[in-house]
Amino acid sequence: MSEMQAVEAHEAVAHQFDDMEQQHDAATLGMWIFLVTEVMFFGGLFTGYTVYRSAFPAAFAAGSRLCEVLLGGTNTGVLLLSSLTMALAVRSAQLDRRKHLIFFLICTMLLGLVFLSIKGLEYFHKYEEHLIPGSRFAFAGPDARQVQLFVYFYFAMTGLHAFHMIIGVGVVLVMLLLAFQGKLTSRRYDTVEVAGLYWHFVDIIWIFLFPLLYLVDLHK
Amino acid sequence: MTHVVPARTYVLVFAALLALAIGTTEIARIDLGPFNAVVAITIAVIKALLVALFFMHLLYTRHRTKIIAAAGVVWLAILIALTLSDTLTRNWLPVPRPW
Amino acid sequence: MSTMPAELEIHTHEHYLNASYGIRSWLLTTDHKRIALLYLASITFMFFVGGAFAVLMRLNLLTPEGEMVSAETYNKLFTMHGLIMIFFFLIPSIPAVLGNFVIPLMIGARDVAFPKLNLLSWYLFITGSGFALYSAIAGGVDTGWTFYTPFSTAYSNTHVLSMAAGVFITGFSSILTGLNFVVTIHTMRAPGLTWYRLPLFLWSLYATSVIFILGTPVLAIALLLLGLERLFGVGIFNPSLGGDPILFQHLFWFYSHPAVYVMVLPAMGVISEVIPCFSRKRIFGYKIIAFSSMAIAIIGFLVWGHHMFVSGQSIYAGLIFSFLSYLVAIPSAIKVFNWTATLYKGTISYATPMLYAFGFIGLFTMGGLTGLFLAALAVDVHVTDTYFVVAHFHYIMVGGAVMAYLGGIHYWWPKISGRLYPEGWAKLSALVVFLGFNLTFFPQFILGYLGMPRRYHSYPAEFQVLNVMSTAGASILAVGYLMPLVYLIWSMRYGPLAPANPWQATGLEWQTPSPPPEHNFEQTPVVTRAPYAYDEMEEQRV
Repeated sequence: MSEMQAVEAHEAVAHQFDDMEQQHDAATLGMWIFLVTEVMFFGGLFTGYTVYRSAFPAAFAAGSRLCEVLLGGTNTGVLLLSSLTMALAVRSAQLDRRKHLIFFLICTMLLGLVFLSIKGLEYFHKYEEHLIPGSRFAFAGPDARQVQLFVYFYFAMTGLHAFHMIIGVGVVLVMLLLAFQGKLTSRRYDTVEVAGLYWHFVDIIWIFLFPLLYLVDLHK
Repeated sequence: MTHVVPARTYVLVFAALLALAIGTTEIARIDLGPFNAVVAITIAVIKALLVALFFMHLLYTRHRTKIIAAAGVVWLAILIALTLSDTLTRNWLPVPRPW
Repeated sequence: MSTMPAELEIHTHEHYLNASYGIRSWLLTTDHKRIALLYLASITFMFFVGGAFAVLMRLNLLTPEGEMVSAETYNKLFTMHGLIMIFFFLIPSIPAVLGNFVIPLMIGARDVAFPKLNLLSWYLFITGSGFALYSAIAGGVDTGWTFYTPFSTAYSNTHVLSMAAGVFITGFSSILTGLNFVVTIHTMRAPGLTWYRLPLFLWSLYATSVIFILGTPVLAIALLLLGLERLFGVGIFNPSLGGDPILFQHLFWFYSHPAVYVMVLPAMGVISEVIPCFSRKRIFGYKIIAFSSMAIAIIGFLVWGHHMFVSGQSIYAGLIFSFLSYLVAIPSAIKVFNWTATLYKGTISYATPMLYAFGFIGLFTMGGLTGLFLAALAVDVHVTDTYFVVAHFHYIMVGGAVMAYLGGIHYWWPKISGRLYPEGWAKLSALVVFLGFNLTFFPQFILGYLGMPRRYHSYPAEFQVLNVMSTAGASILAVGYLMPLVYLIWSMRYGPLAPANPWQATGLEWQTPSPPPEHNFEQTPVVTRAPYAYDEMEEQRV
């Protein structure tokens, strides 16, 4: 390592750590632990969903049919692609390929925004069809009250997910700024790796939301 | 220095994920009765594992990170299982009649 | 021997308290020791707020008619007392004050893994406390600290939302603290400090942190859903939609039961430090105690339904939860046996921390055993929602956790403040606390067994004598708690200067001056000995 690189590496290490390796270790462990808390946070919603789907299978099936599989499916593809670009971004940082890093971060961010736009469109459709839970909820079919319960879960779960996506897009933006400033080098890439872990986690949540909300009963 | 995963691996994982996503959607159109849910969750779990092991580098990290990630999943399973042990069995015992 | 009067003596070495001055150096600090003191000040304040609510309750219960306050006001008193004591005092107490101060010192590190996150934790705690105090001042909450639906979501006319927000925000404070502790203990131990050389205080804080991480988020989602339901009138606990109010209880207790282990595990950790030191003996069964801490944390997640035996929960689930509740008592009992075995043939001295430790062992054992009464389904049907339950949990939380907290404060006080507290006054207040505690809460076991329900402002006349005894005890307990507040603050200015290791204790925190320098150690220490090597220390002295 050249003298300048050694100085840079040393400056990047926070005072409580002995070296970069310890800092990297701590950062990734910290993010994984945070993701475990997020699993339990979303988990409460998944628990409620499981309880009610087992209690009202027909109503949940009917509610699921109200969800637009084309839009949800497209969003699934969008998020999976964004995970690919995010993984490639982290890899670019590992290899000191700054231009690639910036390219992949921009792709990830744009894909995230596409996801949020499609989600917004879905919500707007629900609003138009009087499917927002509350006094204006109108469902012409049996078990309307339990269908409303399903739609409440739809909004709660995708809403919480979208909130996390918005934060994720913000985090990727911050990574972009750091990348432009040349701060995401192979010796200091733990920041973007940790951001990547968060992004992939939000993708994993969607991987479960999609079948649970959109694919309950496509065969009627 | 941590492992650099080849770009090809990432692309292959993405292709698998996409295939599974399309697969789960198509399978949902077939009536398998109660197995629809089982298949859908199984596919989702496989997809999640692919993302975790490859994109999140879980395959390449220390033992302890794998344990921590697994702990999160196990704890969620505890929450769901013991809650269901109540909600699924509530109707098993007939309600006693008032005296 | 100095001839100067004590009040003019100060430590001359640079340490974390005199390294910088001014309010910004405190409010923007990232030094774990200063953050610990910020927590100490805030939770002490909240303790006395929660205590004030308790005083009003006990005064009201002096007469059977209970007409000092209205029934509605009484509901608010017990709710606010419970919420503030649990979320804003007990849960942060040992981890955020003693843990924050001691962990980096015990592992030979300069700070925790994420110092800025640590400061954020404190600000989240303050914000949450702000919401809680606002709720109190604006008129209080009357749902009980358990926020049960549908009363909390649809019927209560009190400040449920702001209070739930306060608890929600404070929850994130604990989550971040737990995350910080786990990462610190995993990644920042000094050379030679293997897992089986760690002080048991760290094992118990590690187990506590696991609970913070896995449990608190579920409380957070429960409160979020409660808030949404209260705000929008639509929700998953709403029976008119087919929703299940008991689902709220499942989500609530999934956290709130392990939360009691959050309160007791660090307390047990303090006892595991104090007992070997004041018996001058190695602790008996180090590994068993370490594993018991983890076992308590893990099994503690499997028993939450024992709070719901009469809620409408399925009796089959009740059977499972009852059985598992008996299991969780085993590791706690193992610890009590190990501490007792440590005392056996030890050279025992009766310093204040040791007095609190003795109190803990006796009172925690009683509280724990009465928990077994409650775990039996048939017994629980009769004593649930009575003062039997109230006495049970106060024996553990006050007789156990608060006494251990005070013991820990006294044990580490020389390190924290650089001063010695006045031993005579400290011993006296430990005694006052012990006597006051027992007079307050032992009658409540009898009251509960005889059928006095909890959360009622009035009671049948035949229970008055026991209630008066309980209130008398509470007044003595209050004195016992005020005394340390006075003499500890006094000692910061007038107490004799403390040496680095006033107790001749093992542990890295005693290898650095009192108070420690800002970065804890001049040189990173290297560990070569097993923990609690008091036998070697005694041999060297002879």
